[in-house]
Amino acid sequence: MTAISDRQHLSELAARAADNRLNVDFESEGMTLNIGPQHPATHGTLRIVAKLDGEQVVSAEPVAGYMHRGYEKLTEVRTYPQVTTLVNRIDWLGSFANEVPFILAAEKLMEIEAPPRAQHIRTILFELSRIANISLFLGDLGIQLGGLSVGFYAFRDREFVLNQIEAATGGRFHPNFDRIGGLKDDLPKGWIAETHTAMDKLRAFCDEVEDILIGNEIFQKRTRGVGIIPPEIAKSYGLSGPNLRGSGIDWDLRRDMCPPGLVYDKVDWKVWTHPDGDSFARSWIRLQETREATKIVDQLLDSIPSGPIMAKVPRIIKVPEGEAWVATENPLGEMGYYVVSKGDLVPFRVKIRSASFNNVSVVPWVCRGVYVPDVITILASLYFILGDIDR
Amino acid sequence: MSSADAGTQAETTEAEAEPIPTDERREALVESLRAELGDDLVGSHIRPGDDVWVRVSRDAWRAAGDAVKHKLGCTYFDFLSAIDWLPSPFGRDMDSQEDLVVHGAEPKEPAPMVAGYAGGDTRLQVFARVSSLEHRVGVTLKADLPDAEPSIDSWIPLYAGANWHERETWEMFGITFVGHPHLIHLYLPGDFEGYPLRKDFPLLARRVKPWPGIVDVEAMPGGGDDESDEGEGASE
Repeated sequence: MTAISDRQHLSELAARAADNRLNVDFESEGMTLNIGPQHPATHGTLRIVAKLDGEQVVSAEPVAGYMHRGYEKLTEVRTYPQVTTLVNRIDWLGSFANEVPFILAAEKLMEIEAPPRAQHIRTILFELSRIANISLFLGDLGIQLGGLSVGFYAFRDREFVLNQIEAATGGRFHPNFDRIGGLKDDLPKGWIAETHTAMDKLRAFCDEVEDILIGNEIFQKRTRGVGIIPPEIAKSYGLSGPNLRGSGIDWDLRRDMCPPGLVYDKVDWKVWTHPDGDSFARSWIRLQETREATKIVDQLLDSIPSGPIMAKVPRIIKVPEGEAWVATENPLGEMGYYVVSKGDLVPFRVKIRSASFNNVSVVPWVCRGVYVPDVITILASLYFILGDIDR
Repeated sequence: MSSADAGTQAETTEAEAEPIPTDERREALVESLRAELGDDLVGSHIRPGDDVWVRVSRDAWRAAGDAVKHKLGCTYFDFLSAIDWLPSPFGRDMDSQEDLVVHGAEPKEPAPMVAGYAGGDTRLQVFARVSSLEHRVGVTLKADLPDAEPSIDSWIPLYAGANWHERETWEMFGITFVGHPHLIHLYLPGDFEGYPLRKDFPLLARRVKPWPGIVDVEAMPGGGDDESDEGEGASE
């Protein structure tokens, strides 16, 4: 907090000195700067309308909706198995993770449970999509701050994970692999050993990022003390995932409220928190989380139980009447589906609670009084996917 | 389902069903809310060991938010949205309302309106979910809105994150949030007419194309009547 108040204090002093020098009443109307819709820092088409006073941001208002696809309405005319095709496109960097909470909500209403083998593989793929998602974040963070090589390393090493996802599911970006009651297919031959190798490569990538980006002095100067979000603000805005843990709140849905159907209770791993709440904390948490995810995958790969991959599920899926809320800890944060069923083939109403929507809604609060270049680092460290805001 | 949910009835049946410790916790949660809100707590529903729903009167929406935040410690804001309980015109069968209109048949009697957990009397219902990170428990709050004037108090003073959620609910359902400082469009263009997530808002893609889920086989291109129709259209 000191850094910002120091800066504000300094800028006030500077402003006063300038006024005295000129000895006139100097008033400027300020300037409005549009950051986006086509800006690399916006991961798609988000527009930030920033009102500036000199180099300082007076107010920053995100304008969303350039990519709104009306998924909540479309789910009302799709059968339950068809909905996974839609929700794949919400957070397109960690697509498989989007399917899981919806499938779990449907399973909860139907009161069926996937077989243990399916639950294991589901959790593995869930963590693989987390690694794919966050490794791109780490690269992107470098690009935002001028360290382009990290970006290239990230794209190179993310491919190892995407290859494994593709080998198992057939889709690099949109697996559409999760089914009510299990998974579409079993794992291919040799997949487990290959995934172990990929995890080793990803751990090396994490070390690399730590060396050349997180430990970099310029990076630290640009991110430490910038964009501080206190815990109370984080909770009232509903921030989730690494943004919440970066504010010092020890909360992870995988550990604390894991819905049945994922097997995080069977592995040994650590939830990282950081007390600072600044851009650095959020980035650092994501790096640690990638490491933890590789550990989770390694442990689960060694303990996959044998058995069927699908539970007994009727061919035509009708979900009994009821309401269910299932949220999981997705790469971007808490992703949940509130599913209302009327006993039909199609959901009656699906409320999609996506992580980025809440994470970005804090931008007007956190961007007041910062400098324009810091807006970019704050946006990068909050890390949102446009499809996850607009749905 | 819905009729049995209201009030104390649900709690007694749930208590008999399964004596899980979390049940008592959620029942205690509902009881402490009832102590705060009195008659404004209209209905409740508990699914043992899983979740709890509480329906409050519209006037007590802000008070209910205040109670869950400060008395129950639910400081974490998940989401706020609304449900339109009007029976869906988009059915799962070929004989749904929407397809009958397309095929020129007589419209059939719409299904009766049935509300979900914790009941409901009106078409539009606002619902929100908040969680307590300390106690690891979440609660879904609901409130009925009259059809004539769908408006309700804003939650922004309690949960700052409600801002965007209320803007979205406002433009998608036409529900006004009293006390919202900046109730403008979030997703839709400024001159958009209608409320897309209401059930009576036509989904054009669904209206021009019959339900694809029944018969997945499409006519082969170049087959019989379809092509001759297209040929005529092209010549005209």
